[in-house]
Amino acid sequence: MAEPFLEIENFTVAYGENVIMHDVSFTVNKEDVFIIMGGSGCGKSTLLSVLTGLKQPVKGSEKFVDKPFWGNGATKADRDILMRKAGILYQSGALWSSMTLAENIAMPLEQYTTLCASEIKDIVALKLDLVGLGGFQNFYPAEISGGMKKRAGLARALALDPEVVFFDEPSAGLDPISSKNLDDLILQIKENMHTTIVMVTHELPSIFAIGTNSIYLDAQSKTIIARGDPKELLRNPPNQILAHFLTRGEK
Amino acid sequence: MQAVVTLDVRQDFSAELNFSGEWLIGNIIKNRDTIIAALEKPDFKRLVFNGKQITRWDSQLTAFLAHLIEVCRKNKIDFALNDFPAGVDSLLNLAFAVPMHQEVTKTARQISFLEELGKIVLDFWEKTKDVCLFLHRVNASFARFFSHKAVVRKKDLLLEIQRAGAEAFGIVSLICFLVGLILAFVGSIQLKLFGAQIYVSSLVAISITRVMGAIMAGVIMAGRTGASYAATLGSMQVNEEVDALKTMGISPFDFLVLPRALALSLMMPLLVVYADLMGILGGAFVGLFMLGLSPEDYIRMTMKALLMRNIIIGIVHGAVYGVIIAICGCYQGMNCGRNASAVGAATTSSVVYSIVWMTIATAVLTFIFSVCGV
Ligand SMILES: Nc1ncnc2c1ncn2[C@@H]1O[C@H](COP(=O)(O)OP(=O)(O)OP(=O)(O)O)[C@@H](O)[C@H]1O
Ligand SMILES: [Mg+2]
Repeated sequence: MAEPFLEIENFTVAYGENVIMHDVSFTVNKEDVFIIMGGSGCGKSTLLSVLTGLKQPVKGSEKFVDKPFWGNGATKADRDILMRKAGILYQSGALWSSMTLAENIAMPLEQYTTLCASEIKDIVALKLDLVGLGGFQNFYPAEISGGMKKRAGLARALALDPEVVFFDEPSAGLDPISSKNLDDLILQIKENMHTTIVMVTHELPSIFAIGTNSIYLDAQSKTIIARGDPKELLRNPPNQILAHFLTRGEK
Repeated sequence: MQAVVTLDVRQDFSAELNFSGEWLIGNIIKNRDTIIAALEKPDFKRLVFNGKQITRWDSQLTAFLAHLIEVCRKNKIDFALNDFPAGVDSLLNLAFAVPMHQEVTKTARQISFLEELGKIVLDFWEKTKDVCLFLHRVNASFARFFSHKAVVRKKDLLLEIQRAGAEAFGIVSLICFLVGLILAFVGSIQLKLFGAQIYVSSLVAISITRVMGAIMAGVIMAGRTGASYAATLGSMQVNEEVDALKTMGISPFDFLVLPRALALSLMMPLLVVYADLMGILGGAFVGLFMLGLSPEDYIRMTMKALLMRNIIIGIVHGAVYGVIIAICGCYQGMNCGRNASAVGAATTSSVVYSIVWMTIATAVLTFIFSVCGV
């Protein structure tokens, strides 16, 4: 039975006067690979920053495993505590440039655990091995490639064994093989660590390969115009816009 | 070969444009302006473009054709394209496939003077609130630091101290030595008239220790360290590194702003003392080697003019400048937009604001010290 993990109700999000989306409600179940789709500029990254507590919605509420995250009296302190269960992989990797990869990954461990230095070192090595970057401990982010930065960012996101990982366009800027490998990696992590995945992506192959549920945000009507399993949506597209999107405009 | 175009106007209000030659970018189009002028004031209703004699072509041809087509449409001339190379037609179709967005083209609205003034006042108010919030957060961060609750990496703090301190020695030495030298030199020209050259030593000692050393160190640090704070924090903002800190529950104020503000506030007073020393050495260089004063006299006069009071006033100036520079640099960095040009703008503003606020602070401090009679 699917347990709800994130419950979003009636979000309205705006920059100043400029409303980006309204009446956005959806539920992410535990162990879903939940895809947020939509054309460029429809507000996917913005939605993700609301889901991760960086930006406040104008209206609406969110529950994070039954605890209020936005609305219902949730405070910043509550969100900080809840976000410890989450890992985030940013579009650019967002590694801290003044620290080595090992220090980047050790940072959350040093913050939120009482592990000793040698234990942290072991965990860092393990996480780097997991993403295929074993031995790169002492490299600085500027010294590795874009794809490696993404993977290192993933290792950092996974440092605290999160229950949910948010991804912003993980495969943007990667070649098809690396992007496939990243998908496989995400699936592996999900299966072995029972992680819930929330992902913004345009990459159709990944959407069909790993997505189990999805929403489509429309820039014109500024709200969700389709939801469900992407493979199902491809078979029975509920509207023309989605049919276009899922077939790259061929239908 | 040139690109040639000729216009034949016939009796029945029709005309033919004949294209010939090599239409390659860089070739001159013969008759270009006369043809366009003729199309702007047409004495014909229909126009045929004939491309049969074109030998080679590239975007020059399509761009020119697109221009002519626009002109024809504007002046309501019927036109047809005959015998053009195959690619030209499809490229033109592609170019005209998406109609120009009328609504996209921005028009500047006339803003009245009052509206403008109101906007400036409101912006200023918003900005002031923003700065106050920033200062409040920095304060809170310092409070956490002194109660050992702030997340600061010792390594970062030490690195920032090294950068704001030891690494600035070279440039501070050079500039302050030269400023001392210039002061002594300019002063000596006047003092020579009275045969009072020995007072060059007092002039240098007093002006450097009381305010010049601090100002020079401040200006150098604003350009060197304040700007680098703005640039570093700004590019971390662009790179989502600040977001990564926030979502991890680590305050960017504790982690990024605090070590920098602390380092600069601690190092500036020390740099001022060092700047004083270098300035006095610069003055002594002129006094001893160019004015030929005796070392004993020079040292004696300098010691007499070196008052603890002035040195402390200089150090107070330096400490205030340190805080100002750190705050301007970090504020601009933390409020930087999310693109590369915003980082440049933040860096520039940090230096400009630092120097403006340093000047204001100097005026205020001078007033306070003179009221207190020191
Ligand atoms: N800081 C900001 N201030 C004001 N408006 C913004 C800001 N950031 C984004 N926007 C606006 O919000 C809208 C959504 O932006 P967002 O970055 O969320 O789009 P996106 O769906 O992630 O696009 P993409 O697929 O290109 O990454 C855009 O129209 C943009 O102009
Ligand atoms: Mg985006």
